[in-house]
Amino acid sequence: MADTLRRLRRNPSAVAGTMLVGALVLAGILAPLLTPYDPAQQSLMEVLKPPSLAHPLGTDQLGRDILARLLFGARLTLFMGVFAVGVGMVIGVPLGVISGYYRGYVDMAIQRVMDLMLSFTTFLLALALVSLLGVGLTNVIVAVGISTIPRFARLVRSSVLTIREIAYVEASHAMGARDGRILWRHVLPNAFAPVIIQATLSMGATILTAAGLGFLGLGVQPPTPEWGAMLGEGRNYIFSSPYVTTFPGMAIFVAVLGFNLLGDGLRDALDPQLRGAR
Amino acid sequence: MSGFLGYLLQRIVGVMVTVLFVAITIFLMVRVLPGDPARVIAGVLASEQDVERIRAQLGLDQPLPVQAGIFLRDLVQGDLGVSARTSSPVVEEIGARLPATLALAAAGMLMAIAIGVPLGAWAAARAGSLGDVLVSTLVLFGISLPVYWLGLMLIILFSIRLRWLPAAGAEGPLSLILPAVTLAAFSVAFIARITRSSMLEVLRQDYVRTAHAKGVRRTTVEWRHALRNALPPVVTVIGLQFGELLGGAILTETVFGWPGLGRLLVDSIFARDYPMVQGLVIVFAAMFAIVNLLVDLTYERIDPRVRYG
Repeated sequence: MADTLRRLRRNPSAVAGTMLVGALVLAGILAPLLTPYDPAQQSLMEVLKPPSLAHPLGTDQLGRDILARLLFGARLTLFMGVFAVGVGMVIGVPLGVISGYYRGYVDMAIQRVMDLMLSFTTFLLALALVSLLGVGLTNVIVAVGISTIPRFARLVRSSVLTIREIAYVEASHAMGARDGRILWRHVLPNAFAPVIIQATLSMGATILTAAGLGFLGLGVQPPTPEWGAMLGEGRNYIFSSPYVTTFPGMAIFVAVLGFNLLGDGLRDALDPQLRGAR
Repeated sequence: MSGFLGYLLQRIVGVMVTVLFVAITIFLMVRVLPGDPARVIAGVLASEQDVERIRAQLGLDQPLPVQAGIFLRDLVQGDLGVSARTSSPVVEEIGARLPATLALAAAGMLMAIAIGVPLGAWAAARAGSLGDVLVSTLVLFGISLPVYWLGLMLIILFSIRLRWLPAAGAEGPLSLILPAVTLAAFSVAFIARITRSSMLEVLRQDYVRTAHAKGVRRTTVEWRHALRNALPPVVTVIGLQFGELLGGAILTETVFGWPGLGRLLVDSIFARDYPMVQGLVIVFAAMFAIVNLLVDLTYERIDPRVRYG
């Protein structure tokens, strides 16, 4: 553990990623302290004002302070990311474990379902789900989360396939341990590192997808300060007030970049064999 | 050759089975997930009779197995039903929009391969140098960029500020440039990353050292000996990557008002045109499956060790 932390500290990508993600988390937590404005407060006198001292990032089409909306939006972005990846992990990891450990027909059935989900492609699957379930925060999380299940299931399956052949698993069997105990105590902990790496990288991908749905108007609905929706609404003003779209997009970019950097760094530190892969 | 034909046939059947399962899944999703399409199409103010009429019109009043039977029978005959919005056949509307999406996707994909592969190979050959670090940074930016935002930024720069290129629409080849660049960005980065890591692997091999040792020119070793052997995994990833590209196309088309399938899908979702959404999802999945088949077929040309049959 200490060894891993040392390797992480020496990894420039992990350090940069930690700083960006840390900044994002702090922005979300400290939002009310960092801005005097309410993200929902409209002001007809202050519509579409370019950046100024009073409004460092300008105001939007309803006179709301863009910086305030971005800061409060950071909470939402992290919330959606964490829960969507959580949905993907909670369903995907057990599926992968079962698939890899029991093999045979169960494995084949699970893998065919994963293939089917992948043949929809990630974004289209999320889009189709949200268009049928309806828009809104919970449905976006469910839709985006479901679309990430195959990544976890595949990854864990391949780790488990390797781990189950290792001598100590055979030893547990020989000592009469039950499947559940073997899976929980011996197999799962060893499949942990790649899952953490994948979860971090998936945070980036998930934030992109969720914001993409918001941009199309099929994500979290206004007046919630969701970054993608802010971009989508600001689009109508790009000729006169480009900053309304520039800043939310930058926020999404920086957040995704942070998680991608951190994921790359974790991979290098936790799993030297995977270096340069993906 | 008969081995190849057999393989081809097997793969084509595989594509058809995939599309069939996708079709059944989306069919069930539309009907089983919460939400009543007929009521949504009718609107909140509609009377119970109106809802019933629309339900009958969509065939949703039939028992599920009957609906499924009709759906599959029509599907096999290439009939995807009738749009709830325009009342014209779904297949016709999709056919009219397909060329625009194919042009965009092809331009984006070709651009991604033409830039991504050489960029990745070049960086690998100079691993650790300033150029390599620069490429890796660009790659990281590329995979973190929201396509929809990149598109808008390109519009602000090239259409509004510089007035070089049109901001929207699909008139003439000039209007393809910005959407194609937008769509390609993520794939350029992703392909460059995969090429770089595959190339790094190959450059460590003994035969590369041997080639260097016997005095073959460095560029020849890199581009002729190494790159060729680094390509097979890259080709596989390019096929899988096409799925991401299709997702990106939906967003790119919306940004640029490109008259393709992606925009049709988004418009149809807003109009609650379920038959159209259903048909489009099937067509997208079919395109993805077909591209992956084509990619696998080029494999043999790149890696003669792979023989089909």
